[in-house]
Amino acid sequence: MNGTTLTTPTAGPAAESRTPHHASVKELPRIPGPRPTKPVSLATLSRVEWRKQVDTRAGLWFMLSIGLVVAAVMVIMFFVQQGNHSYGDYVAGTAMPLSILVPIVGILAATSEWSQRTGLTTFALEPKRGKVIGAKTVASVVTALLSMVVALGLGAAMHGLAVAVRGADADWSLTWSFVGGMLLMLVLGLLQGLGFGLSLLNTPGAIVAYLVLPTVWAILGGMVSWLSDAAKWLDMTATTGPLLEGQMTGEQWAQLGTSTLVWVVLPLAFGTWRVLRSEVK
Amino acid sequence: MITVNSLTKRYGAVTAVDDVSFEVKPGQVTGFLGPNGAGKSTTMRILCGLTPATSGTATVLGRPYAALPNPGRHVGVLLDASAQHAGRTGREVLNLGATLMGIDRSRVDEMLSVVGLTDKESNRRIRNYSLGMRQRLGIAHALLGDPQVLVLDEPANGLDPAGIRWMRSLLRGFADEGGTVLLSSHLLNEIERVADDIIVIGRGRIVAQGTKDELLRGAGTTVRATDEQALWAALEAEGIVAQASGSGALTAEAEPAEVGAAAAKHGVALVELRGADGRGLEDMFLELTAADAREEVAA
Repeated sequence: MNGTTLTTPTAGPAAESRTPHHASVKELPRIPGPRPTKPVSLATLSRVEWRKQVDTRAGLWFMLSIGLVVAAVMVIMFFVQQGNHSYGDYVAGTAMPLSILVPIVGILAATSEWSQRTGLTTFALEPKRGKVIGAKTVASVVTALLSMVVALGLGAAMHGLAVAVRGADADWSLTWSFVGGMLLMLVLGLLQGLGFGLSLLNTPGAIVAYLVLPTVWAILGGMVSWLSDAAKWLDMTATTGPLLEGQMTGEQWAQLGTSTLVWVVLPLAFGTWRVLRSEVK
Repeated sequence: MITVNSLTKRYGAVTAVDDVSFEVKPGQVTGFLGPNGAGKSTTMRILCGLTPATSGTATVLGRPYAALPNPGRHVGVLLDASAQHAGRTGREVLNLGATLMGIDRSRVDEMLSVVGLTDKESNRRIRNYSLGMRQRLGIAHALLGDPQVLVLDEPANGLDPAGIRWMRSLLRGFADEGGTVLLSSHLLNEIERVADDIIVIGRGRIVAQGTKDELLRGAGTTVRATDEQALWAALEAEGIVAQASGSGALTAEAEPAEVGAAAAKHGVALVELRGADGRGLEDMFLELTAADAREEVAA
């Protein structure tokens, strides 16, 4: 004997069969009625795409973190200057963090199909890829709307609290142009994120490109004078800023339009073209 | 029903799929057999509209896959069981599918029980699934829309022996009810046990196709006698070509009945007489895999 023991095979966990008790599958359950002849609607696809943003652990935490950041900003404002800010100021305070975070929703919606390879399932169930991109756009815009609603809701709560507890001056005025401007800024940022995601099809790459871009403008603009002039027309951070002032001049609209064309429309067009003709594997 | 016509896919100088044509009939399980890298997965991705073909056509149920309305309700597809978001639960993957296809949520529970995933397992994140569980989830997803056609790429990978047997009976049942099944594998043995028709692909080209019986029968007859010389003479006299196949047996290029008759006519006592059980197919398959195996030998 060489000292090694041969264990007899036992029905241990490894041998446990996952096969259902009716080992020979008799008949598969059927779905009654005729098979559909109508394509999947954009509304249904959008619903599925929105759900995909929140039904993973990472996705859910990201969404919650957006809410938490909004809340954190307001709590800080509540303690600064005795919380004596108007309702509009509370809401405006969230614009900066939201405008950074919300576009990442768009990036993730586009890139996760490639980084997690779920595209194999997504595009097998809906081979019309343009429609899937449309559904992702709708779903992401809904998220941008929701983040705006959260900012308005929490802002109202905080301002109300500051008035009641800290004796702040009640100022509930809020202009439509401000709300609309902030919403437009969020939606444009989100579409930019989606465009970057679709163009690069790579999560870290798209996020880095998106986050680094404004910094690059700031650095280059500081060094090269003609670039700082160009930045007025091409730096999204600069061109969306006036949207929060409540008033836009014709030139500011033109500047916003130009930068949107370069950083939103072009990436979206290129990304859509790339997704339409690329191989899903 | 699946029809593939002169399908070709080139990646630069590499031809991954080279003028491939075949048909997959309803009511049958068709095995798509080939070594790794032979072009099986590429062909299946083209079939499902995920990879654009360089030339040629592929249709499912009479139309290009992309032209099927709500394709999940017609064709069940499993191309890679691991291609799922690791942070999603198995049940959620099926829920998403059910919502998209517009079918009742109760179907999700039905399919989970068909593939033998428990309630508890279905609520775990996919990162914690074994490959076998991912395959079961993938099969549940493929069956979710009650399809007429199944396209499954290496579905037996990672399943335990009981699971492989279960899957065979599942596919058999599906085909017996009139469904069309295209199933790929790199294991001859696995395909042999479930398929009615077999398509063999190697280096992007179809090298053989037909019913399993045809492909296996084509190999001739294994015959052995106590007096080998007398057997050689008897076969030669009847015009049957034969080759020595080792340990005293001959492989004759004829049906067992003819070989037996020839031996009887010349009074040769046989000790063995049988169809050459797929040697031809196996030889062909080994030859195909040899090119890929060479590197391992050299290393």
